[in-house]
Amino acid sequence: MAGTVQYIFDDQNLRKSEPAKYQPEDLTSEEMVVNIGPQHPSTHGVLRLEVLTRGEEIVEVVPHLGYLHRCFEKHAENLPFNQTLPFVDRMDYLAAMNSEHAYVMGVERMLGIEKELPKRVEYIRVLVAELNRLASHFVALGSYGMDMGAVTAFFWMMRDREHILRLLEWISGARMLYNYIWVGGLFYDLPVGFEERCLEFVNYLKPKLVELDELLIENKIFVDRTAKVGVLPLDLAINYGITGPMLRGSGLKFDLRKVDAYSVYPELDFDIPVGKGEMGVVGDCWDRTWVRAQECKESVKIIQQCLEQLSGDHKRTRDFDPRAMVPKKIRPKAMDFYVRAENPKGELGFFFRSDGRSDVPLRIKARGPSFTNLSVIDELAKGGLIADLIAVIGSIDIVLGEVDR
Amino acid sequence: MTFEDIKALVTDQLGDDCILVTDTAASPQAFYIEPLRLSDTMQFLHENDQLYFDSLSCISALDNGVESGTMELAYNLYSIPFDHHLMVKVTLDRKAPKISSLTSIWRTADWHEREAFDLMGITFEGHPYLRRILMPADWEGHPLRKDYEEQTYYRGVKVKY
Repeated sequence: MAGTVQYIFDDQNLRKSEPAKYQPEDLTSEEMVVNIGPQHPSTHGVLRLEVLTRGEEIVEVVPHLGYLHRCFEKHAENLPFNQTLPFVDRMDYLAAMNSEHAYVMGVERMLGIEKELPKRVEYIRVLVAELNRLASHFVALGSYGMDMGAVTAFFWMMRDREHILRLLEWISGARMLYNYIWVGGLFYDLPVGFEERCLEFVNYLKPKLVELDELLIENKIFVDRTAKVGVLPLDLAINYGITGPMLRGSGLKFDLRKVDAYSVYPELDFDIPVGKGEMGVVGDCWDRTWVRAQECKESVKIIQQCLEQLSGDHKRTRDFDPRAMVPKKIRPKAMDFYVRAENPKGELGFFFRSDGRSDVPLRIKARGPSFTNLSVIDELAKGGLIADLIAVIGSIDIVLGEVDR
Repeated sequence: MTFEDIKALVTDQLGDDCILVTDTAASPQAFYIEPLRLSDTMQFLHENDQLYFDSLSCISALDNGVESGTMELAYNLYSIPFDHHLMVKVTLDRKAPKISSLTSIWRTADWHEREAFDLMGITFEGHPYLRRILMPADWEGHPLRKDYEEQTYYRGVKVKY
């Protein structure tokens, strides 16, 4: 047919576009290469792993990335600062609010308006970001349980996540990709009655988190599958640039919400759970999962305090306009700027370069936590079994949208 | 520790000619260093007891365009125990951008450098496994360069719509 696009098939296509590190002729007689992914549920997206094995033991893991590459950085240098925001949502699509918060903070600091924002705006931002952190951790924990053979936990987590998605849909109109936190403010104020409904949800959720501990985290089968597996020592973690729950699972009390004390986090009271190696060794898969589960409880504490503030000192008034501070033209002065914030997966950083003459940046580079955290996979899986590789991938908690951007 | 203290320590150890220009408008504050001395400087920043930059947060590659004929690399360093930041930048020749790899100091540099190689076409000498990370291996050109033009067809499929 005229005009139709015909993909040229050739058996050598894969070899040309994504060549494997190990060819059959390089292997010794007891070695074998196993290809896992890109279409496999346990790789949590389109991640392809080339696994060199000796019998059941893993010798090396070679990740092949780029199946979800959507040119975020190229888009970003062709659009004004505020129009890049929807693309930021699509990086870590499980925690879009957190990514928006980081990006928006960066642009506001470049403009120098971050101190002038109304407190209500800041509290709403933290509230939605923590709700989204809960949703992201629920996916991580639920799908990790399913990887380990516990299907019930997945259904329970998805049920609770659905409540959060509906709350966020009520706020912004979208379930996952919100475009809600704007440079200099918010899209809308909270809908009337949101504070009460959210408090109801928090009271519903608290016993469910205790149930989660009993059902999954302390479950004997789950502990046996994850304890002492994929141990990440602290010095190696820091050298690999690991951040977030993975770093805390390795025993370092390091959370950017405390360290950098951005937004209204210094006014809120919460703890940082740290892996102690209760079930095995510090820094094993179980520790990382336990840290995520405990962080859910801390997020609930933060949400409660935000709700108190939003219905107390900073309650809605008739003349409150969340868009009052939104700049008409976003034109920062010429500078290089690096901003970072704590996402559910770790440190999300943005590097900006603006020329001071236009509202289109010269360059935006996104440093995604999933990307850096995934780079340690070879060290974690080496010497283990293939079944343990699945446990390791799940415990890293990656989102391929952010790995490939 | 302030930026001036960090700068003083670096010049004491490595000489005055190591730091070319300081950029105090940047946040965190930055200096440009001599590209040939990148490994030495980074090794010093990593190992010195007072600086101890144990974490490399980000490597950003920048293209300054055809007219200027230069490319840049910005390294964002952070010290977890001392809580101080630093940005180190190098300027490279755009025609044959080449720099030594930092994978022997920070293992996280591995993937960041592969990304810079893939999207910007900067070669890192001494990198253990330098190949494209996000684009297919047989893709033509480096997409984040300012003068990048897409190839017309890839496997018989039109690239640009």
